[in-house]
Amino acid sequence: MSRSYYEASARERLAGVVDAGSFHEFVPPAARVTSPHLAQLDQPVAFDDGVVVGRATLAGRPVLVAAQEGGFLGGAIGEVHGAKLLGLIERARTERPAALLFLFDSGGVRLHEANAGLVAVSELIRAILRARRDGVRCLGLIGGAGGCFGGTGLIARCCDRLVMSEEGRLAMSGPEVIETARGVEEFDSRDRALVWRVTGGKHRYLLGEADRLVEDDVDQFRAAAADLLDSEAGLTLAAVEREHARLQQRWQRFADCDDAPEIWQRLGVDNPAEVPLLPLDQFLAVADGCRSAP
Amino acid sequence: MEHLDYELPSRPQPHRREPLLVGVVGSGNCELLLEGGPPADRCRISIKTSAHGFAPIWTAVVADFAARAAAGGLQIEINDVGATPAVVSLRLDQAIEAWEESANV
Amino acid sequence: MNREQLLPQLFGKTWKPTQSAENFFLGSGEVGTEAGAETVQVIGTAGAAEVGVDLALAMAGAVLDTMRRHPGRAILFLLDTQGQRLRRRDELLGLNGYMAHLAKCVEIARSRGHRILSLVYGQAVSGGYLTTGMMADACYALADAEIKVMNLPAMARITKIPLERLEALAQQSPVFSPGVANYRRMGHLLEVWQGDLAACLGTALHRPLEDDRRSALGRERGGRQCAETVAERVRAHA
Repeated sequence: MSRSYYEASARERLAGVVDAGSFHEFVPPAARVTSPHLAQLDQPVAFDDGVVVGRATLAGRPVLVAAQEGGFLGGAIGEVHGAKLLGLIERARTERPAALLFLFDSGGVRLHEANAGLVAVSELIRAILRARRDGVRCLGLIGGAGGCFGGTGLIARCCDRLVMSEEGRLAMSGPEVIETARGVEEFDSRDRALVWRVTGGKHRYLLGEADRLVEDDVDQFRAAAADLLDSEAGLTLAAVEREHARLQQRWQRFADCDDAPEIWQRLGVDNPAEVPLLPLDQFLAVADGCRSAP
Repeated sequence: MEHLDYELPSRPQPHRREPLLVGVVGSGNCELLLEGGPPADRCRISIKTSAHGFAPIWTAVVADFAARAAAGGLQIEINDVGATPAVVSLRLDQAIEAWEESANV
Repeated sequence: MNREQLLPQLFGKTWKPTQSAENFFLGSGEVGTEAGAETVQVIGTAGAAEVGVDLALAMAGAVLDTMRRHPGRAILFLLDTQGQRLRRRDELLGLNGYMAHLAKCVEIARSRGHRILSLVYGQAVSGGYLTTGMMADACYALADAEIKVMNLPAMARITKIPLERLEALAQQSPVFSPGVANYRRMGHLLEVWQGDLAACLGTALHRPLEDDRRSALGRERGGRQCAETVAERVRAHA
């Protein structure tokens, strides 16, 4: 039975991605570890502060896993939310699971506790990269309704591998932020087709920013994550130098492009205008022949 | 934020299990945390809501729920962001269903 | 303070620029320490630089270059940035990927024995700060610098919380309003520099290196009372 990853809550996604019944939560809702900063702003708290963390198995192998709830304050990272993720990453350094799995669904720093959130994001970036140096395999899944933006977009790109759906969105600044700062001519955030062309899974896959592209289906995310449990892990100078060359080349080739179809055309896609309409299998047949390697 | 507390008579809930969370703290929605604790024939419900001035409606919704469901022996805490009475009733029923589905005993 | 005022205060006449653009500069300078003069490699932004794809790539290149040409040399980020560039073109190219790449370069440099320091001398905002200065082993700022995610009027608009309310709360809470003092209380800034900046840098170059202990500092200073405890509970949960 197909189940939408986009529509599901964090807990539903998590339950569907890991082996059935295998999830064990750390600092669960009953511990009532909630944000100490929201009450002063008259904002309701959530018993898990918008993120579920714990251990489970995936395809029978041990994983540590976190799932952000985009429905609670946009899944944004505050002090407690960030600290739960940080504890999980540090735990992975000693426990050495087959993977550290992030189900991202977050707009970035939580403004209600902006300073604590910003510092937390920087701690998370450092911790993930440190864990990767130790060989901890970090996998990110992006397909939630809140997308993956701001500080969370940075954290995601610090992972070893990313799985996205076409519906998933990954960027630094959200379209609304750019429109507010620079005007609707720069980025019309209500133009859904434009938003998905620029930030969506297909473009990120073609650019080589995402490693796998799957249907908006919990089981497909699960299968892709399981498949990546044996992918290469680690962070080395050689790998970073290769990435540098790739990013330099991307900038040289596409810096003057105003919209994604121009980039797709230069990559060698025959009918770039059709890309947004192609079903996944047809898209992959086109994309895998010409996309930039991650 | 408005805080509302209720203790109501309700049929005993026969199942026991770990605490359970249902729902999401998002606009027009609410989350419910269910735990054992109160006497077998009493249900305690504690609500924190960002929507002020709806106490009479909450009173009616939770009284109706306690009368209809086997919620005795349960403590239910709700974080609410302006969910409608229909949504709250639905979440309460889903919570009892989920509690019974994955009960330990 | 601007870069023309800052560099002489840090390095006197030893400052040797290798690249100097309006919003970006590279170079090296010598700092007197207990152990004699030590050369520091500087990666700087200026004029409230917007960090776009090009600047993130240039900074990453400078970190890689330092590893190749000056193994083990300390790297100092000197920052004045208004944040990430808010343009569709940068997002099309994957700005977050470029910024994350910069963070990876810094992490690799750290692993190869480069001490990483950062000093905010102008302003530092969100995305422009996260994968540059915030990646340092120890983060510093001048007392008259500004660090923030966004200003309070914009925050009020987005959160729909009245500005007067935010301004009143900002007096007592360090958690959301802009300011160097607040980032010190969060445990993020190890110190705020004043007076003899060369001496401050000299001391920073010889401080014992340790893992990221900003959560612990945040608790000690009262700015982040629960981060360290919560992380510890997750680490220790059976």
